[in-house]
Amino acid sequence: MSASKPRTLFDKVWDAHVVERLEDGTCILFIDRHLVHEVTSPQAFEGLRMAGRKVRRPDLTIAVADHNIPTIDRRNGIKEEDSRIQVETLEANVKEFGVPYIPILDVRQGIVHIIGPELGISLPGQTLVCGDSHTATHGALGALAFGIGTSEVEHVLATQTLLQKPAKNMQVNVTGGLPFGTSAKDLILAIIGKIGTAGGNGHVIEYTGDTIRALDMAGRMTVSNMSIEAGARAGMIAPDETTFEYVKGRPYAPKGAAFEQAVAYWRTLPTDAGASYDKVVQVTANDIAPMVTWGTTPEAVVPVTGVVPGLEEIADEGVRAQRQRMLDYMGLTPGQKMTDLKVDVVFIGSCTNGRIEDLRAAAAVAKGRKVAPGVRALVVPGSGLVKQQAEQEGIDRILIESGFEWREPCCSMCLGMNPDKISAGQRCASTSNRNFEGRQGIGGRTHLVSPAMAAAAAVTGRFADVRELG
Amino acid sequence: MEKFTKLTAPAAPLPMANVDTDKIIPARFLKTIKRSGLGVHLFDPLRYDKDGKERPDFVLNQEPFRKAEIIIAHENFGCGSSREHAPWALLDFGIRCVIAPDFADIFHNNCFKNGILPVRLPRAVCDQLMEDARLGGNARITVDLERQVVVRPNGEEIPFQVDPFRRHLLLNGLDDIGQTLQHAAKLDEYEAKRRAEQPWQPAIPATIA
Repeated sequence: MSASKPRTLFDKVWDAHVVERLEDGTCILFIDRHLVHEVTSPQAFEGLRMAGRKVRRPDLTIAVADHNIPTIDRRNGIKEEDSRIQVETLEANVKEFGVPYIPILDVRQGIVHIIGPELGISLPGQTLVCGDSHTATHGALGALAFGIGTSEVEHVLATQTLLQKPAKNMQVNVTGGLPFGTSAKDLILAIIGKIGTAGGNGHVIEYTGDTIRALDMAGRMTVSNMSIEAGARAGMIAPDETTFEYVKGRPYAPKGAAFEQAVAYWRTLPTDAGASYDKVVQVTANDIAPMVTWGTTPEAVVPVTGVVPGLEEIADEGVRAQRQRMLDYMGLTPGQKMTDLKVDVVFIGSCTNGRIEDLRAAAAVAKGRKVAPGVRALVVPGSGLVKQQAEQEGIDRILIESGFEWREPCCSMCLGMNPDKISAGQRCASTSNRNFEGRQGIGGRTHLVSPAMAAAAAVTGRFADVRELG
Repeated sequence: MEKFTKLTAPAAPLPMANVDTDKIIPARFLKTIKRSGLGVHLFDPLRYDKDGKERPDFVLNQEPFRKAEIIIAHENFGCGSSREHAPWALLDFGIRCVIAPDFADIFHNNCFKNGILPVRLPRAVCDQLMEDARLGGNARITVDLERQVVVRPNGEEIPFQVDPFRRHLLLNGLDDIGQTLQHAAKLDEYEAKRRAEQPWQPAIPATIA
């Protein structure tokens, strides 16, 4: 690729990391940051051990346990044996291979995608990978960040590179102001509803437009986080003053003159005028409403003012059968108003919505109100530092007084690998990212919403339009 | 990794789109530190009822599909998580090939790394193959990676495309790391250049204290 041809943000970050281009176009891509957790790494370390290989760059690697650790009584250890073995295995592996590790009881422990940006480990322009599909989160900083499988985790540990072919470029351009009562979560759910869960397959999505520029970093991370739910390999947002301001002063970010040098480089990253995308989607933010998913795929989403959609317009028999299966699983009938659906459980947290801004939004709705009788409401901060900040701001007290449970940071009920699960038939308003069958517990019914909408569901006992709560 | 050259086996029709990784292997089964043993949990939500009994209407609970080595499905197979437990579960059950109109990216990648061949064929062809697969006991579908064809029970050959590099690795059962390490000199060179050009890139300290 010639240097003069206009390039996208993705092209620039990609080009800067190509170690070698093989004959068929596969590239050996250098990886700047490798985040490791307990679920997708044991077999990778085992592979290294069996082959007598080392971790090539422990100085670019960091490990933390987040998926299946308990959110209460953590000091007493992990009761579930298989979870404990996984965490102990990680601890033994990081010791054996000299990988930096954040212990479970450290205040900086948290969900890997929350702590990366928070600690200044994830930076603009980097390539960043993790054995977890929501790695796309870090793309909000202007990094090329994507999820990998365990074989690739082993490959990165051994070589600090990946074998990859360049993705195609897709632009999702969002314009207009987000209306009152809506947030980045409603925006990304609306985008996925529009382009579908396979809409981004084979592509890296770059989110552009004045709506994206106006989002704070937390909002940008929420948007980029769910790129995988649109099928995209990664999501990216060009770094700007908001990004630099966010990164400045973070514990592991460059400092002083090094920071200025870094910013000078980061300013060269945004997409050049005249660069072309393989696919372009335009989205208008002005008419977005608070969103609620009704099915078992994130594209099955409607505004809270809407109803469960019918089947009559679906021509394809297979698609219709699948819709029917979703309705049966979710216990819904076409035409039901979303605001008539009662909830049993509310979950606020996850790498999608576990940041301080999300907890503030939930607390603003919960303040002075009580969790509805019969509703179990759980708040799981994304990291120990988020939890600490929330406690300094009194957010924990607001939520606890309302009747929410205030927990220790981890992935928790997003995927129910730890004891935080919902039961069969229970309906959950969740700020997480996936509403797949059984995701939050066998037979559980997940509806994805924003933190404000989750809090509104908690205090009303049903899906309420947060704009009407005032 | 086991080589993949040519496979003749029963194929299980799974006429569903968006078969996600939580359907292939739910998160509660990810608490293993091994690659093996997940086959019994493959497609758990579809294969077993809430009491853990087999659902007789699910294809892998029927003969001859209990011995299926190929799965034929609809669009966007493998969407969702990056968990490699999904291909491990397929492999542990005995599946070596998945045929679908398209695949989710990460899953597609993960298949190749575990000796599973994902084959993209148009929806109409997949539907035809599903009908073939349902012909019963003697219906076998052949997937020939060397010649890049799927052979229907009636002998008709359907060509398919596959990335040449991935094909090479699968045919020879080669692992990626060994391949990459052949380029170690280039990698050393790149790292040195990067240190010189971007001295500000911070290292992560060995002790996070």
